Amino acid sequence: MVRSHVLICGGTGCTSSGSASIREALAEQLAANGLDEEIKIVQTGCFGLCALGPIMIVYPEGTFYSRVTVEDIPEIVSEHLLKGRIVDRLVYNKSDEAGEDAAAHELHTSLNDTDFYKKQKRVALRNCGVINPEKIDEYIAMDGYFALAKVLTEMSREDVVQTLLDSGLRGRGGAGFPTGLKWKFAMGSTGKKYVCCNADEGDPGAFMDRSILEGDPHAVIEAMAIAGYAIGADEGFIYVRAEYPIAVHRLEVALKQAREYGLLGKNIFGTDFCFDIQLRLGAGAFVCGEETALMTSIEGKRGEPRPRPPFPAVKGLFEKPTILNNVETYANIPQIILKGAEWFASMGTEKSKGTKVFALGGKITNTGLVEVPMGTTLREVVEEIGGGIPNGKKFKAAQTGGPSGGCIPASLIDTPIDYDNLIAIGSMMGSGGLIVMDEDTCMVDLAKFFLEFTVDESCGKCAPCRIGTVRMLELLNKITEGKGEMEDLDKLEELAKYIKSASLCGLGQTAPNPVLSTLRYFRDEYEAHIKEKRCPAGVCKKLLSFSIDPEKCKGCTMCARVCPAGAISGTVRSPHTIDTAKCLKCGACIEKCKFGAISKK
Amino acid sequence: MKSLAELAAIREQMKDKVALRTGSGAVRVVVGMATCGISAGARPVLNAFVEEVSKEGLTDKVMVTQTGCIGICQYEPVVEVFEDGKDKVTYVKMTAEKAKRVVEEHLKGGKPVGEYLIGNTKL
Repeated sequence: MVRSHVLICGGTGCTSSGSASIREALAEQLAANGLDEEIKIVQTGCFGLCALGPIMIVYPEGTFYSRVTVEDIPEIVSEHLLKGRIVDRLVYNKSDEAGEDAAAHELHTSLNDTDFYKKQKRVALRNCGVINPEKIDEYIAMDGYFALAKVLTEMSREDVVQTLLDSGLRGRGGAGFPTGLKWKFAMGSTGKKYVCCNADEGDPGAFMDRSILEGDPHAVIEAMAIAGYAIGADEGFIYVRAEYPIAVHRLEVALKQAREYGLLGKNIFGTDFCFDIQLRLGAGAFVCGEETALMTSIEGKRGEPRPRPPFPAVKGLFEKPTILNNVETYANIPQIILKGAEWFASMGTEKSKGTKVFALGGKITNTGLVEVPMGTTLREVVEEIGGGIPNGKKFKAAQTGGPSGGCIPASLIDTPIDYDNLIAIGSMMGSGGLIVMDEDTCMVDLAKFFLEFTVDESCGKCAPCRIGTVRMLELLNKITEGKGEMEDLDKLEELAKYIKSASLCGLGQTAPNPVLSTLRYFRDEYEAHIKEKRCPAGVCKKLLSFSIDPEKCKGCTMCARVCPAGAISGTVRSPHTIDTAKCLKCGACIEKCKFGAISKK
Repeated sequence: MKSLAELAAIREQMKDKVALRTGSGAVRVVVGMATCGISAGARPVLNAFVEEVSKEGLTDKVMVTQTGCIGICQYEPVVEVFEDGKDKVTYVKMTAEKAKRVVEEHLKGGKPVGEYLIGNTKL
């Protein structure tokens, strides 16, 4: 008889910080203490608080241990599991969240008590970190496959599509197209059709799709079968990146189990409906997240986009009517079917219903995944859930939508986040990557980073994207090297306009966004680079010069010893000087100086 | 699987097993599991509670958990029952057999088993 479950995160984040060896050590210790019959180890998907991994939760108490190591396991077993005494020192506490002194901490024994969780509303992520994703029975225990049963036995195809339309669900992959509408178009076509899932998550910093596939793969499979029924398709494809080995493995296991249970295959639930799903692995090209390129890649050809129309709902995969939805979109669908369109539509804002998962990254205390109702303000996400900016720095901006999106400056931190508000302020939802930046981030450098990414990832099929983005990058390089002229800003804007309007697919059409939005909100930084040849955040190396304050320098020689270029000279106990001609601007001296005598400007 | 009934059967069978993870029992049964408790035989008591609660289908209401030494080692195994809005009930010198009766009469029937209570037990 099992009296306690120990959940250990098996997501990519925690796996890379060693959760697999923790699982083994725990199994060993449980066996050694004769507890293996009473206590069950459950490998789950991502809990969302990746910064604190590896994460372990002990039920029924719900005790939340963070940053667990193999060495901690004997203590957890002998104290907590054997004697019921919670190991306080491993329990997550507020000081971890805020990065404060541990003395002033407030102990949170349960995960649900933390600020990180309290404000969240988990719909797409509801099973992540709760069930074992490799056990179909656990998914069924959480009402899994009941939505499929409901549509097959009680609902007409039109009912299903109408429910989705009423729910107001919009595509979570980036563009925010109403999902029900997409299905309605495909339903209207005749003949062979396909259902596809876009799991080619490519935005730097976004990993919600991976987490859903790793933590709750059956939710996606169930939703695809529902889609198959609604549009009249009997075959589905999941296009997932080969760089997501854990997600691929869990999908394979889940597909096998679903087939064994007859939830995929012929005559599902004794009806006429037949449906099966195949996996296709992508090689990680960003452009393959674009729907036409993705389908071209599934067909076995080079992943390049093609003009639309015809839209996939008319002519998609293998030239047949196809719907393609993103992982997170699918993960919402079984819930909408079971709980109703009104339930879903009661969350969120007028035009953006439901919840959205954000991948918090960058200069933020709680790096991880959060799911909040649409319309939650950026301030709530960053300050309350995300725990604010570490090291007492100030919030400068947040980048949403990755390389296709834009930045939200501090002055707009109270903007409720939904599809339309983000577009209005020059950004976009994108897949939900949210990169937080503090005062040490140079916005010109940031724009350059994203543009470098799109230049690399441009497939090269159309000239505006292939050539235009390179020209823009050259201008940005010029500016960050201190060779920029004011006319370059006009050129950037002009190029951006043409690339946006003339590119073939979404990649090129959105590639200039990071430049345009930083120009809009941080034009003064561009101007400082050009007019004053200065980088206000102290990032652009070519514009920095290092100097030693002779008043503060004690002549300890530390800096001279670490300088890899031999640019620092001076004798013991007298102020040192930097030869700026030799200086590589690596910053090693600043890190070593105990007296704060070295500055970069 | 060919029917909704089969799917529902799996859900019923699994529900108890994952209910443990909701961690939201309105009633908490806490078994003292320090060295004193364990040596006095708390483990079979704990297991009996887990088993009976599951058998009686009370898992969504009752959470069985453990704690350290309560400080009355001579009365071990000690079991306390916490319920919102009610006084804490403390059972002492428990056994697996007694646990079964507590589940039946107290957790299910709503009436504490008077003779096992700390006030009615002499050493």
